[in-house]
Amino acid sequence: MGSTADILIKIGLILIIFVISLVMAMYSTYAERKVAAFFQDRIGPNRAGPWGILQPLADGGKMFLKEEIIPTNATPFLFIVGPSLAILTACIGSAVIPWGQTMVIGGHSIDLQVTDINVGVLYIFGVVSLGVYGVMIGGWASNNKYSLLGAIRAASQNISYEISMGLSIIALLMLTGTLSMREIAEQQHSWHWNVLRQPLGFILFIVCAFAETNRTPFDLPECETELVGGYHTEYSSMKLGFYLFAEYINMFISSAVMATLYWGGYNYPGMDWVLAHTGPAIGPLIGVGVFFIKIISFIFFFMWVRWTIPRFRYDQLMDLGWKILIPLAIANIVLTGIGSTLLTHFGF
Amino acid sequence: MSTFYFIAFLSIFFSILVISAKNPVHSILYLILTFFTFTIHYILLNAQFLAIVNFIVYMGAILVLFLYTLMLINLNKESEPVKPFMIKIAGVFGGGILAVALASSLKLIATSNPVILKNPDLGLVKNLGKVLFNEFLLPFEVSSVLLLSAMVGAVLLATKDPKTA
Repeated sequence: MGSTADILIKIGLILIIFVISLVMAMYSTYAERKVAAFFQDRIGPNRAGPWGILQPLADGGKMFLKEEIIPTNATPFLFIVGPSLAILTACIGSAVIPWGQTMVIGGHSIDLQVTDINVGVLYIFGVVSLGVYGVMIGGWASNNKYSLLGAIRAASQNISYEISMGLSIIALLMLTGTLSMREIAEQQHSWHWNVLRQPLGFILFIVCAFAETNRTPFDLPECETELVGGYHTEYSSMKLGFYLFAEYINMFISSAVMATLYWGGYNYPGMDWVLAHTGPAIGPLIGVGVFFIKIISFIFFFMWVRWTIPRFRYDQLMDLGWKILIPLAIANIVLTGIGSTLLTHFGF
Repeated sequence: MSTFYFIAFLSIFFSILVISAKNPVHSILYLILTFFTFTIHYILLNAQFLAIVNFIVYMGAILVLFLYTLMLINLNKESEPVKPFMIKIAGVFGGGILAVALASSLKLIATSNPVILKNPDLGLVKNLGKVLFNEFLLPFEVSSVLLLSAMVGAVLLATKDPKTA
C-alpha cells in the first residue's frame, strides 16, 4: 500500500476513467446516428442544441423518466440483475488498460493505469467471457420466448468467438512474451506496433471483437426482423438504457484493447522527440491524445461496418466462427512459431 | 486470515444454496457465485494464473454452457419426475453413512504442519510455465493428448452418419 496521496491519485484516476467511459458511450450513440445519417444521405439528429450535440442528454432524460415495467411473469430480481451485470462487466475491463506513459508532476510520478497485474491480457479475456451473463440472465428472466432465443444466441455466439479470440491472442503473446498490458504497450515503442508483426492476428481479433460486442454483422441476439428486440424485448426505461449503454462501453473498451495490443497504444513515431521537448508532465498527455485518436478511429470503424455490411444468418455465423476463424487462428500460431524461431536462430 | 474465513463462509453458503434452490437456473447462478469465491481463494493463495483460468474456463465457458442447456430444458414442477419411496429411503441411508464416515475421519486428523513453499511466487504465470514445461513436461503433454482425443470424439459425434443422412 502506498501513501494517502497515491491512493487519492488512484481513486481520482478511476473516477476520471469511469466518467470518460460514460461520456464516450454517450457520444458514441450520437456519433452512431450521425454516421448512419451520413451513410444514408440524411441529416441525423439536429434539434437538441447546435448540430444536435445535446441529443444524448435528451435521450438519457427520456430513459430516466420513462415508466419502469417489470413483466408479471418475469423473475423480478434476476430481471434487474441482468442489465446491472451487463454494465458492470462493461466498466471493469478498463482497469488494466495503460492510458499513457508515467507522468511526473512536481516530483510525483503518476501511472496512467489503474493496475498493472501480470495477467492483464487474461483479465480482459475473463471480463469479456463474463459479459454474456448480463444478456443471458436478462433474457431468461424476462420469461419471453423472443428474449430467451436472443439470450441463447448471445451465449452460443460468445462461446464460439471466444475461442478464436483466445487463439489469436496466443500468437501475439508468443511474440511479446508477457501478459502485462503495460509491458506490451512499452514494447511497441514509437512505430514498432504489433500489427506489423501480426496482421492476420489483428484481423481475427477485430472480427471476434465485433462478435463479442454484439455489433452488426454479429447482432443476432437482438435481431429485430426475427426476434422483436431480442434479449431486451421486455425491457423499458433505464434498464433498457443500461443494455444499450453497455454495448457502447464495450465498444469503447474493445477499441482501447485493440489499440493497445496491436496498434501501439499511446506510442507514436517521434514520441521521444516530443517527450524531450514538452517535459514529463505534458508529453504523456500527448500520448494519451494519440491513444484516444486511435480509439475513436476504431469506434468509427465499428459504425462504418454496421451501416455497410448486412447481418449474418445464424448458420453463416457458426460456419465463420468454427470453420474459418479457428483454423486461420491455428495457422497463425504455427506461422508465428516458425517465424520467431527462424528469426532467433538465423537472424533474418 | 479474516478475509479467508469470510470468503470460505461465502463459498459454503453459496454451495448450500446450489443444492437447495428449487429452480435449476437459480442453482446454476449460485454455482457461478461459488466458482467466483474459488477465484478469490486462488488470489488469496497468490496463484494468479490459476485464479484467472478458473475465471475464464469455469465461470466464462463451462457454466455458460450449463446455463445454456438448462434454459432450453423446460424444468417445471409438473415435469419433475416423482422418485419412488424406496429410492428416497436409500438416499437418506447413503447420505447418513457418508456423514458418519466424514465425522469419524475428521476426528482422526490432527492439525498438520503448515507447508511452507520454497517459492511463494510459484503461482505467477512465468514460474508456473517454467515448472510445467521442465519438471512436469511429460504429464502436461499427455494430458493435452487426452484433451485432443476428447475433441476428436466430440467432432466424430457431431458429424452426420453418411448412410442415414
